[in-house]
Formats: sequence, C-alpha cells, structure tokens
Amino acid sequence: MTRESAPDRPLTRIGKIFRTTAFKLSLAYLMLFALLASLGLGYVAWNARRVLDDQIVSTIDAEINGLSEQYTAGGLRRLIAVVERRAQEPGASLYLVTTPAGEHIVGNVSRVPSGVLSQPGQYDGPYGRRSEAEGEEHRAIMRVYTLAGGFRLLVGRDTEERDRLRAAIGNTFGSSLALVVLLGVVGGWFVASRVLKRVDDMTETTRTIMAGDLDGRLRVAGTGDELDRLAQNLNLMLERIGELMRGMKEVSDNIAHDLKTPLTRLRNRADEALRTADSPDALRMAIEGVIEDSDGLIRVFNALLTIARLEAGSAPETFRRFDAGAVAREVAELYEPLAEEKGLSLTVTAEPDLQLDGNRELVGQALANLIDNAIKYGGDAAEGAPREIVVDAARADGAVRLRVADRGPGIPEAERGRVLDRFIRLDAARSRPGFGLGLSLVNAVARLHGGRVELADNAPGLAAALILPLKIA
Amino acid sequence: MRLLIIEDDREAAAYLVKAFREAGHAVDHAGDGLDGYALAREGDYDVLIVDRMLPKLDGLSLVRSLREQGIATPVLILSALGQVDDRVKGLRAGGDDYLPKPYAFSELLARTEVLARRRAAAPGQTEATAYRVGDLELDRLSHRVTRAGREIVLQPREFRLLEYLMRHAGQVVTRTMLLEHVWDYHFDPQTNVIDVHVSRLRSKIDRGFEHPLIHTVRGAGYVIRLDEPHVT
Repeated sequence: MTRESAPDRPLTRIGKIFRTTAFKLSLAYLMLFALLASLGLGYVAWNARRVLDDQIVSTIDAEINGLSEQYTAGGLRRLIAVVERRAQEPGASLYLVTTPAGEHIVGNVSRVPSGVLSQPGQYDGPYGRRSEAEGEEHRAIMRVYTLAGGFRLLVGRDTEERDRLRAAIGNTFGSSLALVVLLGVVGGWFVASRVLKRVDDMTETTRTIMAGDLDGRLRVAGTGDELDRLAQNLNLMLERIGELMRGMKEVSDNIAHDLKTPLTRLRNRADEALRTADSPDALRMAIEGVIEDSDGLIRVFNALLTIARLEAGSAPETFRRFDAGAVAREVAELYEPLAEEKGLSLTVTAEPDLQLDGNRELVGQALANLIDNAIKYGGDAAEGAPREIVVDAARADGAVRLRVADRGPGIPEAERGRVLDRFIRLDAARSRPGFGLGLSLVNAVARLHGGRVELADNAPGLAAALILPLKIA
Repeated sequence: MRLLIIEDDREAAAYLVKAFREAGHAVDHAGDGLDGYALAREGDYDVLIVDRMLPKLDGLSLVRSLREQGIATPVLILSALGQVDDRVKGLRAGGDDYLPKPYAFSELLARTEVLARRRAAAPGQTEATAYRVGDLELDRLSHRVTRAGREIVLQPREFRLLEYLMRHAGQVVTRTMLLEHVWDYHFDPQTNVIDVHVSRLRSKIDRGFEHPLIHTVRGAGYVIRLDEPHVT
C-alpha cells in the first residue's frame, strides 16, 4: 500500500486541471494564438506609424520647397509675410525663421532644443509654442533648412495626432490580447474539467473493479465520442476477462473434482497391491493397472493444456492452407474400422477442394473427437434405428462445415450449450470412459479458427458440426 | 547404440540413463545446455535426446548451433510444451523428432531406436525398394505384397501401414508413431483406432500361417519380426 500511496496522493482540483491533457492542449493553443495575434497587431501598428510619418515628412518637404521659392522670389520680407499668414491658420504647421545667428524673426515656435537650428536636417523631438506658457512641451517632426544668406527656416508638424493613434492601436491591441487569453483560459478550463470529470469517473470505476468488483462496468455517456468508445472497449475487455476468470474457476473446481477421483483410484490400487499382492504376477498386474491409470491422467492433463492454450491464443503462425475435405476423408478412414467393429456404418461425403487457412492437425483432432463420440454413443441406437454415422464436409455461407451425425440418444436441447464446457459429462455418459473434454476441445479448435460448434437434433441422434469460416475475421 | 541425454532434471535424467542402459544402450548425460553442446560436438553419438528447457543454453538453440556446425546427429527433443506449434518450432530448429512430456519410456525408446537406425542407414544410401521379413515381401515400386509367394491384396492405407512396420522391422513402433507416419496426424489417438487397423492388417498377413509376423508389445506398440521358433 505504501508503495502506491505516492501517485495516489489527492491533488487539489486546480492542480488536477493543470495536469489534464485537455488543459495543456488549450494552453498551448492559447499561447500560439496570442503570439500570432501580437505579431499581426504589431505589424499593423508599425505600418500605420510608418505611413503617417512618411506623410508628415512629405508635407514638410513640400512646404519648405514652397517657402524657399517665396524667399528666392520675394526676399525675406515676402517670406516673413507668408509665414506669418500661414502660422495663424487653424491646424497649421510649425514655422520658425531665424537670423543666421539664431535670433527668432517670425513663426509660431517659441523654442527648440539648442543646437537643432544650427544643423540643417530632420529632427524628431520636443518644442514649445509661442502662444503657450513656458513649461508646455509638444513633440513634432521638424526640418531645418538654410536659406541663401544664412537665414534658417524650420518647418514642422506636430505629432500629437499620430501619437494618439498609436496609443489607440496599442490599447486595442492590449485589450484584445487580454480578452483572447481570458476566453482561452476559461474555455480550456471548461473543456478540461468536463473531460476530467469523465476520466475521474472512469478511474474511480476501474479502481473498484481492481478492488475485486469484477462485475462493475464503466459508464457510457452515449455521445459516441472517443471516451465513450474507450469505455465500451474497456467494458468488452472486462467482459472477456470475466469470462476467462469464470472459465478458470470452473476448470479448477472441475479439476479438483474430476481428477481427484482417478487419482484416488490410482492410489488405492497401488496401496492394495502393496498390502495384498503376494506373487510377482499379481504385482505385475497391479503395476500395469497403475500405469494405465496414470496414462489416463496424463491424457487428461494434455487435453486440458491443449484446450487452455487454444483458448488463450489467437490465430497462430502455424496456420496453413489445407483441404478440409481431405481431412474429413482421412479421419473418417482412420475411424472406419473401429466403427465397423462396433457394428456401425461410417460413410463420408466431401465436396472437392475445400481449401481453408488453419491448423490441419487441430481440425483433424477435433473431427476425430466428434467421430469418436459418434462411435461411442451411436452404438446405443434404439431398436430399429439405422446404425450409421454420416460424416460430411461442405461449403456453407462462407464457411466450411464438417458435420458428424449419429443415430445415438442425442443430447437434449437444454444441455447442448453446456456440453461444450470442460468436464461436462451428461448423466448418461457417466458410466463410460472419458473425461468430458472431447467436445470442449472441439469448441476450442473452432474458436481458434474464428468458427463455432453447432449441435443439432439428427432425429434421432446428434448432428455435431464444426463450422470454420473461409476468411478469418 | 550410443546416446547423449541432455536434461537438467537430475531425477528424470537418472531414470532415463538407467532405463536406456537396461535396454542395452551406452548413455552419457549432460546437465546443462553448454556441457551438452560440448559433448555433442566431440562425441560420436547415434542419437541426442535434448530437453527443450535447459540452463545456460536452451534446447532449441543448442540444436540450431549443432546444425550450423554441420553436425547431423539425429536429435529427439523432449518438452513439457506439447502443442502443435511448439512441435513445429522444434522440428524447424533442426530436431528430428519431438516428444511431449510426460511420455511413456517405451515411446521414447521406440522413437530413439528408429532415429538411430535412420542414421545408420542414412549416408548416401537410397531407400530400399523392397522389404522382406521372413517369407513376407513388400515391393514398394509395384505395390505388391506376397507371403510365401502368395499375393495379398491390401488397401492403400494398409499398404502404408505394413510398409512402415517393415521399414522398421525388428523395432517397436508405437501407436502415435503409426498415426504420425501413416496418417500424418500428430495427436494422441485416445481410443484403440490404430489397434483396429493393425488387427485388420494382421488378419490379412498372418491368418493361416503358423508363425505370426506382427506382434503386439504390451505397453508399447507393435513390431514386425520373424520370431525364432521357441525351443522348449
């Protein structure tokens, strides 16, 4: 118990959800999506800024061109007049004209950082407005141009609007990302906890089954999804395991019962010989009897092992193509003299070319068991009934049917399912040699080949058929 | 014949060694796969009896290694695994015969003697075309059987049964050996099916003759041989 306790330690609900595959998957998708969204929005913001800046710069360039033309045409006076006029227009650009020494002549810009005016070129930074108090600062893109005569001309555009737009884009970007993350987390949480609930249920059920409740089954939600299919398959597996367990239990019960009898007989025989046998001949007889008994026991064990191996196995690699009709003829021929000795006629009819993939030896042995039974019980035919056994091999519905029909007492319908089980011997057969393994071996061979055994009324008698599909499912 | 028994179970091995010696054979024993392999390579044995599950080197690998070394000594594999596919694996690994445990010693003895005889006859020798036991003759080419010059008509299966018995004349063949070689099935004939076939054959071969040729060996099987008239 201590060994198992570590992984079984109860997790908090949140801890559990973080561990679920569903949650991990949604988290991964969420991160991927957030990354892609950031890249997309970032590109949009960057591009918008570039376009706006380009536009500002080209406006400034155009104005500088215009103003320098005015200066060339009309001199400083004309330039001052134009600048003064333009500076008063609403939404105007920024203007400043200075002497070569940097003294302000005209314009709506009161100050720029020192050194800007002395260097012609573009400048992105703070400035002050003439109409406003000393402390207020704005930002602008400005260009300084040196006119003929050393006068400086500064033209700029305030970038407040551009910055507002950038801020708006940034805000949108941030809030949509937050929304995506929030929805993702909530969605992932929802999916994960739903899946987790069902998986937890399954874990709980399997745990009770492991604890010994072999009849427990997993709940199937009826949605037909993966978890449902898993639950259905696990249930089928449990069904099969239960069947095998019941079989095992039955076998061990039967072994205990049906093997103890011959073992006791064997022991008694040896014991009696030891006590009473007074001549070598008597001892010899007793020992021969002991060997005979133990041979019988060995046979039972071999048959049991064979059946167990067959039932445990699926179609093994020993399957080869063979003619089932030929097997029917050969085995019938093997048993024909024995039948004749019992006063029974054994006839065989087989369709030609009944090719089948399977284990010829095992099919032969199964058929031998059926014929052996038919001879054993067919001899009990009622007065007047024909003393005959008919073996017949034919194709039937995508399968080969190997049928052995006798005229014996048959098997009552209610008992027909039961006789295929191990060690089942109907009362009528109790007095005969045998261990009730013959038909269960036939059944195991049939199942190994994906087929079945059919027991039917031969009116009177039993018709036992081994049905082997041509194609193994 | 000279035998090597490779078996790790001491008690089983001791029993086999004793039983084979009593049957008049020379026996060596190895307790694990490696010892067995070394002995099998050096010694000149007629038959190797190899348990399938051995310490150090398992039986199938041992046989495979011997065959790779070009050592063709007949091998009989003993195994607790008696299923059809195990048998096939054993023979595929290079074994010549396969006997599932538990077995009757008479069965093992009969099979071992047949293997030893096969080896003695093997090198470059073609199978005889006719067999003769006493005044019984079987011609494999014309499929004719005569006894004391008189023709005996046999069914095809009876012919094969007699052929197998006569090929191993003087050796005991068991019921399972007959089922294997005459009918080509490898299961335990639970009832006396084989006995009925033999007695049918016997009625054709021996009826009306003073000295029967087909003999039943109690607890083992059958043998065909000309018994020397007992001196009483």
